[in-house]
Order: sequence, then C-alpha cells, then structure tokens
Amino acid sequence: MTNNAALLMKKTVQAAAGLGGIFAASATWAANSKYNFQEPASRMAADIHDLHMWMIWICLIIFVVVFGFMFYSIYAHRKSKGAVAAQFHESTTVEILWTVIPVLILVGMAWPATKTVLAQKDTTNADITIKATGYQWKWGYDYIKGEGEGIAFVSTLSTPRGQLEFGEYPGENYLLEVDNPVVVPIGKKVRILTTAQDVIHAWWVPALGVKQDAIPGFIRDTWFRADREGVFRGVCAELCGKDHGYMPIEVHVVSEEKYAAWVAAQKQKSAAPAAAAAQPAPASAS
Amino acid sequence: MSAVPHDVAHGHDHHDDHHHGPTGLMRWITATNHKDIGTMYLIFSFIMFLSGGVMALTLRAELFQPGLQVVQPEFFNQLTTMHGLVMVFGAIMPAFVGFANWMLPLMVGAPDMAFARMNNWSFWLLPPAAILLIGSFFVPGGATAAGWTLYAPLSVQMGMGMDMAIFAIHIMGASSIMGAINIVVTILNMRAPGMTLMKMPLFCWTWLITAYLLIAVMPVLAGAVTMVLTDRHFGTTFFNAAGGGDPVLYQHVFWFFGHPEVYIMILPAFGIVSQIIPTFARKPLFGYASMVYATASIAILSFVVWAHHMFTTGMPAKTQIFFMYATMLIAVPTGVKVFNWIATMWRGSMTFETPMLFSVGFIFVFTLGGFTGLMLSIAPVDIQYQDTYFVVAHFHYVLVAGSLFALFAGTYYWLPKWTGYMYDEKLGKRHFWLSMIFFNVTFFPMHFLGLAGMQRRVPDYNPMFADFNELATVGAFGFGLTQLLFAYVIIKCIRGGEKATAQVWEGAEGLEWTVPSPAPHHTFEVPPVFEAKGHHH
Ligand code: HEM
Ligand SMILES: [Cu+2]
Ligand SMILES: [Cu+2]
Repeated sequence: MTNNAALLMKKTVQAAAGLGGIFAASATWAANSKYNFQEPASRMAADIHDLHMWMIWICLIIFVVVFGFMFYSIYAHRKSKGAVAAQFHESTTVEILWTVIPVLILVGMAWPATKTVLAQKDTTNADITIKATGYQWKWGYDYIKGEGEGIAFVSTLSTPRGQLEFGEYPGENYLLEVDNPVVVPIGKKVRILTTAQDVIHAWWVPALGVKQDAIPGFIRDTWFRADREGVFRGVCAELCGKDHGYMPIEVHVVSEEKYAAWVAAQKQKSAAPAAAAAQPAPASAS
Repeated sequence: MSAVPHDVAHGHDHHDDHHHGPTGLMRWITATNHKDIGTMYLIFSFIMFLSGGVMALTLRAELFQPGLQVVQPEFFNQLTTMHGLVMVFGAIMPAFVGFANWMLPLMVGAPDMAFARMNNWSFWLLPPAAILLIGSFFVPGGATAAGWTLYAPLSVQMGMGMDMAIFAIHIMGASSIMGAINIVVTILNMRAPGMTLMKMPLFCWTWLITAYLLIAVMPVLAGAVTMVLTDRHFGTTFFNAAGGGDPVLYQHVFWFFGHPEVYIMILPAFGIVSQIIPTFARKPLFGYASMVYATASIAILSFVVWAHHMFTTGMPAKTQIFFMYATMLIAVPTGVKVFNWIATMWRGSMTFETPMLFSVGFIFVFTLGGFTGLMLSIAPVDIQYQDTYFVVAHFHYVLVAGSLFALFAGTYYWLPKWTGYMYDEKLGKRHFWLSMIFFNVTFFPMHFLGLAGMQRRVPDYNPMFADFNELATVGAFGFGLTQLLFAYVIIKCIRGGEKATAQVWEGAEGLEWTVPSPAPHHTFEVPPVFEAKGHHH
C-alpha cells in the first residue's frame, strides 16, 4: 500500500513535470516502448513507427513555436504590467502566411503517408495465406495457401482461471496468451484474410504493424513480413460483446526449419481424423 | 422589423407572460421565455454530466488495477456505452443549446427566440429521453453495451435496452432539430437593426453554422438507428450479409452523422472562446472575417471526412488516400482559429479572471487534442492507433478540454449576467487549476497506454499497463470531485454575493452587456440600436 502510494506520488510528480515540457524528453521516450509503439518486427511496422515519429517531431516544433508566442504574450502583455492594448485586428499578410505554411507542412506529411498506404494495401504475391475468423470470443485459423496449407485450428485465451476469476496475481502474459498460437516463418510474405462469424472483430498485432477488421459475411485482407523471430502478441480491437477483452492473438515467428517442423507436426496431428474423413474440406476462401 | 419578433415571441393568447405568469412548477413546465428555457437546459445538462461522470468513475475504478474488482465485463460495456451516450447527447449538446437560448436573443437584440412554444417543446422532450436512456439499465438484459457508436451487428444482438436507446436518440434528435431551426430563424430574422451578419458576435456565427449541421445530420443518425431497429425486429437485413446487407454500411451512415457531430460539439465552444478572449485582452478579435470563413470551411469539410473513422474496415487505397487528405485539410482552418486567438492576445492588456483562464486553458489543451487528431488523420498510422487508448485520450482532449472547458469558461463569463451577482473568483480559479491538473493526470497517460497496445472498451488488461491506469484513475476521481466545487461556486453565486454591474467585465462589448444584471425577464422588447464599434469593421 505505502509502496503503491509512493509509486503514485512519483507518477504524479512525473506527470506534473511532464506538463511543463510535455514533449521535452521525447528522445528517451521514443526509445522506451512503454511510452511508445512496440518495437517493430516487420518493415511495415518500422515504416509506421517512423511516420509516427515524424508526425510527433513536426507537432512538437509547431507546439513550441505557437505556444512560445502564447506564453510570451501571457507573460508580457498583462494589464498588471501596465500593458496598453493595441487595437490592430487584421493583417492580410500574416493571415495568408499562416494559411499557406500549414498547407506546406501538410504536404510534407502526406507524401510519406501516401507511400505507406500504397505499400500497406499491396497484398499480392503472398507466400502463405491464412484466414483468421473472429468468433464471440475466439479466433479460428485456416492455412489456405502456401506451406502448411490445410492446417486449421481454433485459438482461445489460455490465461488460467485462477488469475481471471479468483484474483491470483496476474502472470506476465495475462490476457495476452492463447492455447494455439499462429506460427509463421520469418521473412515470408504472409497474407491474412479476415472474416467473422457473428459480429465485427479486428485482428491486431502491433509489432507486425497490422490491424484489420473481421467482418461477418465479407473477406478483407492485410499482410506482413516478419523480420525477426519471436512471440508477438495482439488483441481483438473491435468491441464484439461481453468478452471482447478476452480474445487475444499470439503470433510465433520462427525460422524456416522450425516452421517446416511445425507444419509436419500439425499435419500428423490431423492425419488420423483426416484419413477417416477422406480429404479435409478445403477452407472456403473466395 | 420590430413587430414580427414581438408577435412570434408572445403568441397571441399569452400576453400575461411577464415576470410572473404561472408560478412554481408550472412556470417551468409552461415556460416559453428563452431565459427560463436556457436555465432548464443548463440544469438538465449538468445533471446528465454528473450521471455520465458517475459512470466514468465506475469505469475508472474497475480499471484501477488488473483483474475484475468492481463490475463484470457485461456491465462494464453497458457503462462505457451509456457514459458516451449520456455525455454526448445529454451533457455537451444540451449545454450548448442552453447557452444559445440564454445568449443568442441577448446578443442579437431580440426579445426572445423565434418560436417560443416550440422552444418549450424542444426542451421538454429531453427529460423523457433521458429517462428512457437511463431507465434502460433496469430492464432485462440491461442497457445497450454496443458502444456509443452502436455498431451493427453487435447492436442487433442487444436486449431491449437497445430499443430504448434508439427511441431516446429519436427523441433527442427531434429536440435538437427543433432547437436548431429556432436558432437559425432567430439569428437570420431577429437581429437588431444595424447588425449585419458580418457584424454579429462570433458566438452567433458559430451557432448558426452548428444549427445547419444539426439539421443536416440528426436525421441521418435517426435513419441509421432506425435501420438497426428494423433489423432487430422486422426482418430487414440492412446490416446482415446473409440477407444481402452489409455491416459496414452502418458505419458509413453513422459516421456521416458522427463527424459533423464532433463539430457540433466544438464549434459553439470556439464561439464562446472567441467572445471571451477579446474581453480579457481588451482588444478586438483578430481576423473576425477569417474566423467566420474558417468556421464555415470546417463545417463543409466535416461532411467529406467521415471514413477516417473506418480506415481499419479495409477500403481501397484510393479511398483511404482521399479521406486522409480531406481530414488533414481540416487542420488548416482549425490552425487559423488558434492563430487568431493568440494574435488577439498579442499586445493586449490581459487579465486572467476565471473565464479567461478556462479559455486560455482551452486553447492549450484543445490544441494538444488537435495534434493527436492530425496524427490520427495519417491513415497508415491511424490503423495502429484506432480503437486504442490513444483515441480515448484524443477525444477526451477535444471533448473535455475542448467543449467542456469552453462551457465552464462561458458559464463563469455570463454567470453574473444570469444571476446578478459576481461568483467567488478565488474558488473559480481553484476550479480551473484543479480541473486542468486532474484532467491531464487522467488523460495524458492514456496516450502511452494506447501506443503500447492497450485496446479501448475492455474491463481488464495486462499488468504492464497497470501504473498508467492507476494514475488515470487517481486523476479521474480528482477531476470528478473538482466538479462538485463547480456546483458549489454556482449555487453560491445564485444565492448572492457582490452585485454585478450591467457591464460586468471592463473589456466586454456587445448588446448583452447593455441590459442590467441580472438580465430582466423580458429584454429588448423594443429593438436596440446596434452601433458597431469602429474597430470591428
Ligand atoms: C470525468 C471525466 C471523464 C472520465 C474520467 C471519462 C472516462 C472515460 C472512460 C474510462 C471511457 C471508456 C474508454 C474505453 O474503454 O474505450 C470513456 C469513454 C468515452 N467518453 Fe469519457 N470520461 C470523462 C468525461 C467525458 C466527457 C465530458 C465526454 C464528453 C462528450 C466524454 C465522452 C466519452 C465518449 C464519447 C466515450 C466513448 C464511449 C464508447 O467507447 O462508446 N467523456 N470515458
Ligand atoms: Cu473484440
Ligand atoms: Cu471524424
């Protein structure tokens, strides 16, 4: 409790300090993922991260200039200091300037943003295609093209009930862990098709730079190419009812050899039931 | 000119409506006087603000720590939804209409609003709507839990609380439309002789434009929720792919209403701030004409940016680019406004009474919300911000520090005119500073939560988000308690205090300051002569 209180005090002081020069520490801030986007694990996520930082720096500069004027004025142009009010109330030059300059700044933002949109939307030439189906409240995955084709499983939250319902201290991956993670190989273009069974969900993995709504009755797509191995965690990002906060996404990016081994193991697991029912029904992509 | 408003305002069979017509409760139920109706709107919206606030604090209490301690997920979602609906439709919008009722006739020199009886009706529709909305917590299945955006098909799944919310929205929409028509006609037809459109106070301009927005988009919202209603009960499939519909259609229609709606909640705030800054800088508003054009451009642009709320639905690249550019463009007229306010302050002779503190605070904090808005306009990055706490931070910066702070500023500014007494300046300033600090303690950390990956509308989260959530909850309770101080200052000022002069503020200009304080029940029965001060134009 006292520990908590001390922490809160510290945070409050930090916040107060932050108010003075809100963006002042943004260099360290950028490096620390607690205050910023998660560390990118794909080229796309890195581009998004750069664009985001570019926006922050531009906003920071405008912020300093504009509020520099305002706070100087608050300091200097006070009645209590004997300031006498000027009576000017327009200036065509100034007004044109502060309309044109922002337009130029916007062009500087729009240019890189447009390039990123175009890249983000290019889902062609995928190596592996996986369909993610949102259900209230879990995800179903079908590997429908490329290495691993035919693998299908359902992925649900695996945080133990003790933590969820009985208040045991939450583990490190509380609410961000699943029984059957998605496994993909490093360096391959993975196309994710999203759809849903009941209501709209959204498939979001921040470190990979993807978020795509999963819409019942429709198929949408997005893609990523992971450039480092690891476990990347995400969540459903569209309110989908009671357990919206309980349908996480876990993606394991592994080497090509490990991926091949995983595929073989999955195939073996499903071999017995599959043999009985002849061929597994091909996933219904469209 | 003078005969027309006279007639309309009083009706034909109602000549006894001076100071004391019906008394007691009947005075309020039958009220047609714009000041009485304005007062009722303000009281109503404050009650709704407190109700929405209690819901928000319950959410924040649940989010104080990881795990479920206070409410279950289902009820959490109901609270989130109702908090949003109550704050938007119950607190912020009616509060601005209250200001319009009280101040527009006084500012344009009219005896009352154009349609006094309809005015009564637009107000009295609100309490039944509020009862429907809040009463829905107590029906089987509870209130709607589909988020204030009521996205289909989730909203099609809800229990009868959803139907009650739909009817409440219909009624509140009707009320808004009637209020808006009244405002348009009052401003266009009842201005004092000599007050041309380009000479009227900026608050009138912002409300005139807002009223047009309301008339244009409230029917769109009504249409969207009616389609949900028929999908729920009458077998239509507007939003069901199995029947040839499309869930995303709902979002298009909703946000075609929704984006202009955010300007409905901020343009009158711009108006209030544009009245206050010149008063306390003792200097005319800089760039009056460009303020008018900026307001109009924002309103027009607001109709072509709606899909920036839908970048993650997956639309073609060209569509994304169009909506991204259109959204970015809005930053230009918004920037012009901020620059004009600062230029008004520049080389003024400023004092910082509470209305000015809230206005300057508004510029500072609203602009931070504007920066995050600009960041959100960048489609590929927005896709990562969307539906996270970054967005929650953004819209509270523009709604709380924008709309709400401007409402506080306006309240302190005109309170002496309403009550005839000066409020307690020391307590007013304390209200400002506490609000400002606690607001930032609550909402600034939410930016970080969103960036680090915490999605919105969830009752529980991973422990890595624990410390910022704790901080936000502490701030929220501080902010909530501070608003009780506001209530105290207002009540104290209604009860008495230092007598206010007609002028109230040294630098104040405009017709409302020519009538005594408190403003008598009937004002401008004979239209005043409006002489624009030389420096206006
Ligand atoms: C005491 C001050 C306030 C606090 C502590 C507060 C807190 C919150 C919280 C915790 C949420 C839920 C976020 C989520 O899970 O997505 C929320 C949502 C929201 N708030 Fe507030 N809020 C406050 C004031 C306001 C005001 C004045 C408005 C004015 C319009 C407002 C508008 C909204 C809206 C529109 C939502 C979205 C609801 C939804 O997700 O459907 N809030 N607020
Ligand atoms: Cu969800
Ligand atoms: Cu919008």
